Amino acid sequence: MSGTALWAAVLAGSLGCYLLKLAGLSVPAAWVEQPWVARIVDFVPAALLAALVAVQAVTSGHDLVLDGRLVGLAVAALALALRAPFIVVLVLAGAAGALVHVLTG
Amino acid sequence: MDTRRFSLAGVSSPTRTAVLRDAVGLGLAVGLYGVAFGAAADAAGLNTWQAMTMSLLMFTGASQFALVGVLGAGGSALAAVGSALLLGTRNTVYGVRLVPLLKPHGLRRFGTAHWVIDETTALSLAAPDREMSRLAFLASGATIYLLWNATTVVGSLGAAALGGTAQAALDAVVPAAFLALLWPRLRRSFPEAAVQRRVALGGAVVALALTPFVPPGVQVIAAVIAVALAGRPRRAS
Repeated sequence: MSGTALWAAVLAGSLGCYLLKLAGLSVPAAWVEQPWVARIVDFVPAALLAALVAVQAVTSGHDLVLDGRLVGLAVAALALALRAPFIVVLVLAGAAGALVHVLTG
Repeated sequence: MDTRRFSLAGVSSPTRTAVLRDAVGLGLAVGLYGVAFGAAADAAGLNTWQAMTMSLLMFTGASQFALVGVLGAGGSALAAVGSALLLGTRNTVYGVRLVPLLKPHGLRRFGTAHWVIDETTALSLAAPDREMSRLAFLASGATIYLLWNATTVVGSLGAAALGGTAQAALDAVVPAAFLALLWPRLRRSFPEAAVQRRVALGGAVVALALTPFVPPGVQVIAAVIAVALAGRPRRAS
């Protein structure tokens, strides 16, 4: 992707996110407190974040690719289940990914 | 650290000190996410200026991660911005809840809006009265804003300097960071955790199933739409 397109995404996304914040402080509460808005806010993050986890962990372009990323993800899940701090989770996932890279490299 | 805390607290109550301590403590913890964001932005092909601009102007972590996540998966700018905006709708609802506490009138509203995020909202709502809400909002907003921006630069520059094996480590860190953002929603203590889990599983399965057939990045948006259309999630009583 060109630098211009990246900048466009960065600036458009930033402006849009700011306007969403501003809207909350500006519009009547009744407009926002609708069931369908609540549904988006409650459940879209889970679907979106899970889709991103899956795509980032095991895809590359159009292909499914199994490599150190999936091992790192499994290690991260284990660390999260054991309530490890965020930074520990990331370090362990990174170490697992690097280890697989070295072993299979 | 202690000296600064007490001088900030001035002559006033322990409540004030506690509010400031919580705000600064949370700010420090959240700052660590900034390193991960800077690194993820670099992995997605954004340069340090672009990563910095996002943390300065967008300043809402999940949306920032989503935008670079979709770009990193090869997605279009439109799909990336769409993901960021979908996650950004949370902040609209937070704003509505904050209005009675912060009463941001006139031009102040435009400044206040920029700091309406998960953490500042949680701390403001948890504070015992309106004055403490304002203090919590300002203290956590300022701490997180400064640290988030500083650590974004560290993460971006750090990741840019990495070689082959370290790059493989970073590739494994990005999905782990998304999982860490998702994880609290899957815990039993989260409202409607069972529905959250089904929604998450559905999102992941649909995204993977579509990956071979749609332009990269589109599968993420499509997964969200598919899950949303799959029916009104049953409300737990």
